[in-house]
Amino acid sequence: MTDTSTMSREAGKGDESMTGLEGFETDQLKGFLKEMLLYRRFEEKAEEAYAIGKIGGFCHLHIGQEAVALGFIGPLRKDDYVITAYRDHTQALAKGVEANAVMAELYGRDSGAVRGKGGSMHIFDVEKGFMGGHGIVGAQVPLAAGLGFAIKYREEDRICVCFMGDAAVNQGAFHEALNMAAIWKLPVLFVVENNEYGMGTAFSRVSALPVKERAAGLGVPAHHVNAQDILATWTLVEELVEKIRAGEGPQYVDARTYRFKGHSMSDPVSGTYRSKDEVESKVKQEDPISLLRDRLFDAELLTEDELAEMDREVRAVVDEAADFAEEAPFPAREELYTHVYSEVNEHGRLFFDGRDREGED
Amino acid sequence: MQTITYREALNQALAEEMERDDTVFLMGEEVAEYDGAYKVSKGLLEKFGDRRVVDSPIAELGFAGLGVGAAMGGLRPVIEFMTFNFSILALDQVINSAAKTFYMTGGQLPVPMVFRGPTGAALQLSAQHSQACETWYVHAPGIKLVTPGTPADAKGLLKAAIRDNDPVAFMEGELLYNLKGEVPDVEDGDFVIPLGKADVKREGSDVSIITHGKMVHVALQAAKKLEKDGIDAEVLDLRSLRPLDVEAILATVHKTNRVVYLEEGWPYAGIGAQIAATIQEEAFDYLDAPILRVTQADVPMPYAKNLEQIAKPDADRVVRACNRVLYRNGSAD
Ligand SMILES: Cc1ncc(C[n+]2csc(CCOP(=O)(O)OP(=O)(O)O)c2C)c(N)n1
Ligand SMILES: [Mg+2]
Repeated sequence: MTDTSTMSREAGKGDESMTGLEGFETDQLKGFLKEMLLYRRFEEKAEEAYAIGKIGGFCHLHIGQEAVALGFIGPLRKDDYVITAYRDHTQALAKGVEANAVMAELYGRDSGAVRGKGGSMHIFDVEKGFMGGHGIVGAQVPLAAGLGFAIKYREEDRICVCFMGDAAVNQGAFHEALNMAAIWKLPVLFVVENNEYGMGTAFSRVSALPVKERAAGLGVPAHHVNAQDILATWTLVEELVEKIRAGEGPQYVDARTYRFKGHSMSDPVSGTYRSKDEVESKVKQEDPISLLRDRLFDAELLTEDELAEMDREVRAVVDEAADFAEEAPFPAREELYTHVYSEVNEHGRLFFDGRDREGED
Repeated sequence: MQTITYREALNQALAEEMERDDTVFLMGEEVAEYDGAYKVSKGLLEKFGDRRVVDSPIAELGFAGLGVGAAMGGLRPVIEFMTFNFSILALDQVINSAAKTFYMTGGQLPVPMVFRGPTGAALQLSAQHSQACETWYVHAPGIKLVTPGTPADAKGLLKAAIRDNDPVAFMEGELLYNLKGEVPDVEDGDFVIPLGKADVKREGSDVSIITHGKMVHVALQAAKKLEKDGIDAEVLDLRSLRPLDVEAILATVHKTNRVVYLEEGWPYAGIGAQIAATIQEEAFDYLDAPILRVTQADVPMPYAKNLEQIAKPDADRVVRACNRVLYRNGSAD
């Protein structure tokens, strides 16, 4: 586990492209740091739990990409929607889903966000506007257009933020959805979490153009941002959200980031597709948490003690989530057949009632 | 009673449900300005405006997915596929998103919507435009499937499908749109046929022809031919395939002890395979003969008129199958 004091100190030094601290309150800046630390500690805990078999299946960590979650979700209202792919833990936390509920879902427990039915890739909390957690690359993009359509249909001023990986821009669903969002001016912010790779395939090998240019021709205004810089990201998102809320239609952002860990827990951090040196240099220089921390130190807005205290607090939240998950009950056997249909018709058989298993045990 | 076409019946159902519930909207290719490829949505744009009757780009995966998202957002979309052949592009959203979301969200997020349009063979449209798509939709738990064969069933079942709280695939017969039939008058109040109720389209005691959708008419033709031969066939129209009226299936098996399943689709893992499995599991002792199936030949649909004709199930083949389960040599042989 990374220790806050051992996180690289070189990060961001002398980088003039970084957004200044002006325009942000000190408390807000410290809040950003603490929030991202929470995401980091949460994912580290998940990694640890996975290693000892507490968590199964596919588990994709967001380590290195924390500023994307915070920067694109933090500026939203509670009633705005967020929808994303399977790399969804920290977006869920950012949208207000309880750490306990997310961790318990990873553990496959009845107290999990979706009662143990979805796991790591399918965290949902409809009340909080967190609309999942989708496992088919690109499939959430039309769904986001639909959420946007519903908002517009009811003449509300909510918006929908739709995350996707860089690999998703090669899916037909992406192009079909952005086209419809553009022609109907749907209130959706499309965000490509451009971490440079789709599993082991560098984006540059599967696209003739950079991510930002892939929306060109569809009529959705495109932007890019250094999404390791929370302040730049936050500033851009506030501006775009305002435009979308004002009815200007969809926006598209190439959010440049980097994945510090393997594609999922079953993959190595580096290997044939990217070198150890590449990863190490990114971790050293582009860790969104270290970048913000050092700027706060340099501006003398944060002390070592405050940081240590922050870290203690978020670790306590994460430890509590792991304890909660550990203690939580597994779903009861009967749950296998619940929630297949939301309406069981009065007549006829829907065939999900366990009759297919009769006499087996 | 009014006598209207299958097309008009569907149009009435859509108009009435849109009138009743502002969250219902219709989206698909050519549904608005063109009045629908088969004119099912004729006049709806004028009546409800382009907020609720929406022409989509040719992007089946995209607009099917948009429909699922809109349902997640609290609307009740009716997504029209120009034909279900083209919905194969949309199957990811139908199966991975629409059918699975309620389960995957632990019951948080229902997806109340309808995917509708014609399925099955028309005339000489060959392989890619002539196929029955029921199996693809009925296979996944989480989705419901309705296949009306008459104007009255079309109206009553579409209204029920729109009101249902789950995704419903509603498959119409491409060759049925001009079919006329009696439908209760609009003034006589809401005409809704609940999902999951089969309908005996002809009573009989010697053999049961069980079927769904457009094939109901082929079954009735076959029953007429059999009658001349002194055989009294019962025709059971399942009308909805999920939920499935197992009670009605068992009742007809108990009555005749002989079953022929007639469907437009391919035999392999077809609807008839499921029905046969259910019958042998639950009424094995009532069977006096193996269950036979009459289906499309297990080939992509050919173009040539003569080949198409033999590829499709027809009344004579049903008659022959009935004779076989009755262990007799019928006149159609
Ligand atoms: C349609 C589809 N094809 C393949 C996969 C397997 N798969 C899962 S994640 C992934 C890479 C996606 O990369 P990207 O979109 O860049 O997201 P990232 O993992 O980098 O966050 C692949 C190929 C899938 N889930 N869905
Ligand atoms: Mg990627």
